[in-house]
Formats: sequence, C-alpha cells, structure tokens
Amino acid sequence: MANDLANTLADLKEKEALEMVRKRLDAGEDPLGILDDARRGMEIVGKRFENSEYFIPDLVYSGEILKDITEMVKPKMTKDIEVKRLGKVVMGTVAGDIHDIGKDIVVFMLDVNGFEVYDLGVDVPAQEFVDKLRETGSTVVGLSGFLTLAFDSMKTTVDAIKAAGLRDKVKVMIGGGQIDEAVQRHTGADAYGVNAMAGVSLAKEWLGGAQ
Amino acid sequence: MTEKSPQQLYDERLKRVNDAIQLKVPDRVPFFPATHLYAAKHVGMTFEEAFYDSQKWSEANKRMILDVDPDLFFSPGFAVFSSGQAFEAVDFKQIKWPGHGVSPDHTHQFVEGEYMMADEYDALLDDPSDYAVRTYMPRIYGTLQPFTMLPPLKAMLFGYAGVGMTALLAMPDIARALESLQKAGLEAAKWSGAMAALDAEMAALGYPSFAGAAVVVPFDLVSDMLRGMRGTMLDMYRQPDKLLATLERVLPMLIGMAVSGSTMSGNPRVFIALHRGADGFMSLKQFETFYWPGMKALILALIDAGLTPCPFFEGCYDQRLEYLNELPKGKILGMFDSTDVFRAKGIIGDTMCICGNMPMSLLQTGTPDEVKDYARKLIDVVGKGGGFIMGCRGVMDECDPKLVKVWADFTREYGG
Repeated sequence: MANDLANTLADLKEKEALEMVRKRLDAGEDPLGILDDARRGMEIVGKRFENSEYFIPDLVYSGEILKDITEMVKPKMTKDIEVKRLGKVVMGTVAGDIHDIGKDIVVFMLDVNGFEVYDLGVDVPAQEFVDKLRETGSTVVGLSGFLTLAFDSMKTTVDAIKAAGLRDKVKVMIGGGQIDEAVQRHTGADAYGVNAMAGVSLAKEWLGGAQ
Repeated sequence: MTEKSPQQLYDERLKRVNDAIQLKVPDRVPFFPATHLYAAKHVGMTFEEAFYDSQKWSEANKRMILDVDPDLFFSPGFAVFSSGQAFEAVDFKQIKWPGHGVSPDHTHQFVEGEYMMADEYDALLDDPSDYAVRTYMPRIYGTLQPFTMLPPLKAMLFGYAGVGMTALLAMPDIARALESLQKAGLEAAKWSGAMAALDAEMAALGYPSFAGAAVVVPFDLVSDMLRGMRGTMLDMYRQPDKLLATLERVLPMLIGMAVSGSTMSGNPRVFIALHRGADGFMSLKQFETFYWPGMKALILALIDAGLTPCPFFEGCYDQRLEYLNELPKGKILGMFDSTDVFRAKGIIGDTMCICGNMPMSLLQTGTPDEVKDYARKLIDVVGKGGGFIMGCRGVMDECDPKLVKVWADFTREYGG
C-alpha cells in the first residue's frame, strides 16, 4: 500500500493518488508516513526527468498533485516532517532578469535529490545572495539567467561574494539558455551546467553526503 | 569599376539571402545579425531611450546598419514593438520595459502569468473576440478594467437596439478606458510610422529588412499569452480536449494575421518565434500531440500563401529535427539557437536554410580569435554546399561592438 501512493503519484494519476491519501487519512494513518510516500513519489519523478522520460509538464503536474496532497495532510499533522538533507544550496535568478522556468527546474531537481534549497526567486540583487549564504552557512550557490544581461549580473554577484570574503568557502554554479564556458570564465564561477541534472551533479560533487 | 547603385546592392543582398533560402550556393555567405536592441549599445544610448524616442532609435539603427552592413537587417520595430508612451497610456501589464519595471539599460521582459483561467476555455471557444475584449484585455491593459462591464459584443447583432447600447460607452469609466486606447493608438501609430519610414529609408540605401510580419504557433499563443506555461501544461493533463480545440480554433486567426501583415508590409518573410515546444519543454509524444500539428499547419499555410516562414528555434531542437523534414524544401529560413547545427546540417540541410548559432557569449565576452574560429567552423561545416546564413543564437542586446565588427568582417571575407 505504501508503495502504491509513491508510484501512483509518480505515474501522475491525480485522482487515484488523492483518493488513496483520503482513504489513508480516514483510516487514521500517520500523516508523516503519507508525506514520506509522496516524497518518494517525487524522487521517482525526478529520476524519470533525469532519464528523459519526463519533461517540464510532468514536473509541473507532479508538483501540483504534491501540493494537493500536502494540503489534505497538513491539518492532521502534529509535528513537522524531518528529512535528512544532503546539504544546503542557495538558488536564484540574477539581478535584472525575471525569468524563472530554468531556475525552478533546478530547484525542483535539487529538492527531490535531497538538498535543502533556499530559492531567492528572480531579479535577485548580488547582496541578497551574499546575505543568504551568510545566514544559512550554505557553501553552494546557483545563479540562473536567461538573458544575456545576466552575464554581467552573474559576474557582479560572484564579485560580491568575493568582496564579502566568502569566495573560498563557496562554490558557484551558473546556468541558463546562453550560458557556456566563455560565460563561466567571464563571471569567475566555478562551473556551469547545461541542464538541471548537471546542477544536481555539481551540488553532489561539492557537498557530497557529508553535511 | 563603377560603384554599384543602392538598388543594385539591394537586389544583390536579397538574391544572396534568397539563394541561401532556396538551398543554393550564394555568391558569398549572407549575414543576418539579430541586432534587436543592439543599435542602442552600438551608438551609446540607453534602451529606455530606444523605447521612448522614435527618432533617436531610428537614427541609431540607421548608423548601426551602415556600420555592420548586413544582408538582412533586423527590423527595429521587432525589437521595440511600440513606444513606451503607448504602453504607458494603457498601463500595460504583460511586459516590463526599460525604465518601467526593468533598468533603463536592460531589455524589456515578458511577465509570465495566467492571463486566462482554467475554466475559461468555453468562453474563448464560443467567441474569441468577445473574450479578448471583455475578459482578457482588462487583465493585461490596466486602463481597460471597465471593459468588464460591457455587454456581450454579439449583442450588437440585435440591429437598431445596438444604438441604444452605445449609452454604455458614455459611462465615465468606460469613456476613460476608450480615451486611453485612443491615446495609445496615436502613440502606436506615430511609432509604427517611424519604423516604416526607417525600413523605406534603408531600402533606398540598399538594405532589405528581415521580416514584415511576426506570428506565433497555436500552442505558444495559448502558453505565452493566455494560460501561461504552468496553466497550459496542467491543461495538457486535466483538459486536453479543450486545449486541442483551442489550438485548432486559433490557427486560422494566426494565419490571417501573418498573411495580412505581410501584405501590408510587402515583405514576404514572416518571423515565427518558437517557445514551448523545444527539447526539454515537452516529450516527443506531447510535441506530436500539442505542438507540431499547429506549427506544421501554420508553416504550410504561409508557404501556400507565397510567404517565407522564418521560425526561430529558441532553445534546442536536437531531439526533434526529423519532424522538420516533413516540410517543403527550400522555402524556409530556420534560425537556430543552441541546436547542434553541425549535426543538423546532415539531417535538415536539404530541407531548410540554416541560420544562426553564433554564441552570444563569444560576441559579448570572447576574443576576436574565438569569434573568428567559431564563425569559420560554421561557414566550413554548415555553409558547405550553400543553404546557410550567418546569424547568432539569440538577440545581440549586450554584444561588444568590437567583436560584432570582427564577426561581420570575417563573414564577408571568409564567406566569399
């Protein structure tokens, strides 16, 4: 039964998944167990995305089903779910750029791969990245940008991290439509990723399972 | 040797481009830089000025075109589709433009959102015009909120009673909304007049303009403009029939828009920016169901009308190039972003002219040698046997003028 919810969610069967949750809640099951199954379902979704079986529509839809499940379960919860996380990653679209599609996919994939992600949203000033790195003690930051104006914003952000004295402790990855090796060189980032999976690999390489 | 007349140069440039589109070997590799807002950077003015001063924007483009010397120039009216004054007059919500929501030095940006709700497909399908005026426009034009009070537009079919209904237009809120539209209209007319004059002036100087109309494929109309990416993707699961019916419903409208735009401008090239059908955005099955049928039908209809579709394949199309071979040969100018064009040449090289792929990163942050090396590889591999136009991956807003010159000069010299 436990496996069923994870797989039903992973197969994007919205009605069946919500019906299962309702039945389990009615039977007085532990809400944390339900959420844990849902989390495993999302992990399967992430794997399928990684294997190019799933694409953005599937991520969006699974996220929507998860949201519904969480809303059903939340009122019955007495304590928050505690998940062991691999490490912390600060993410955001750099200043001047309001595009979020690519950034959201990376956030999704980092999350289902077990990272604690601090998503600062879009058009994020350099200082905000610095502040969040300090506040969370995170040692990995992902800078996203769709437009070519992001090249300079990314550089400004890396410079601000340097000026704050954090550069030695923090690894910077960048990504977005026009981002390549030349942009990495221009910005002084440690690496760039061509897709969300590359971002996950970099985070794993840098944070491992150690934290 | 006598100097060539502007008319001769115009004909020569156009022939060069058309030869490439027809998959022949042109006298030299045609050069089509997607300059977009680059003219502002080229002459040293802000993007905000480009949006608010049609004369300055026209002059900047003229100077830039004469300096860069392209075979097709990117129509400045496609970069700034209307003036900041026009957008302001209606309190336009769907984009942020320089000095108005984004920095004066940054390009305009689309505000992604759900401008049509999930339960509004029936209203749209029943009467798209009525839906546009009474529901959609009030959401994206801040000043048109009062239009939600208008009666259904089809009520005007009720003959003489319609005259009585005009009383509604005198209501102060609606009167103000109409005034804002008129004000925007005057500004927009001024703007498009200036852009048309620039096109004519450049033609007289020997430079053909890229395109005379722009359109989107049915899926992108719904995904970009109406339901938003998220909304459309959920509809693919929750209400696919309604989504498919809408895609079918808007197709003739899009064809009509493109054909009338081309007729008015006298320019057969139609720009089609492709967005949400690229690799990663959907599976091949989803592409086959929701994206490709409308895209193919639109392109075929434009070709039937004697026009030249110019799709911009934004993002990557590596996984779906084979579909493009269903299209007629030698009729299309395909502009490519990060698709592996060196591989694509072998797959679609006999179907459509390939343009683009020069990395923006190199034109912005590279060295002259890096720019030349990449351009050389493009000309050697993709330009082999013709059917190639030198172009870039995206728009050139932030490019370094020195590197743009290197690129342009090299293309002319090496591509000869």
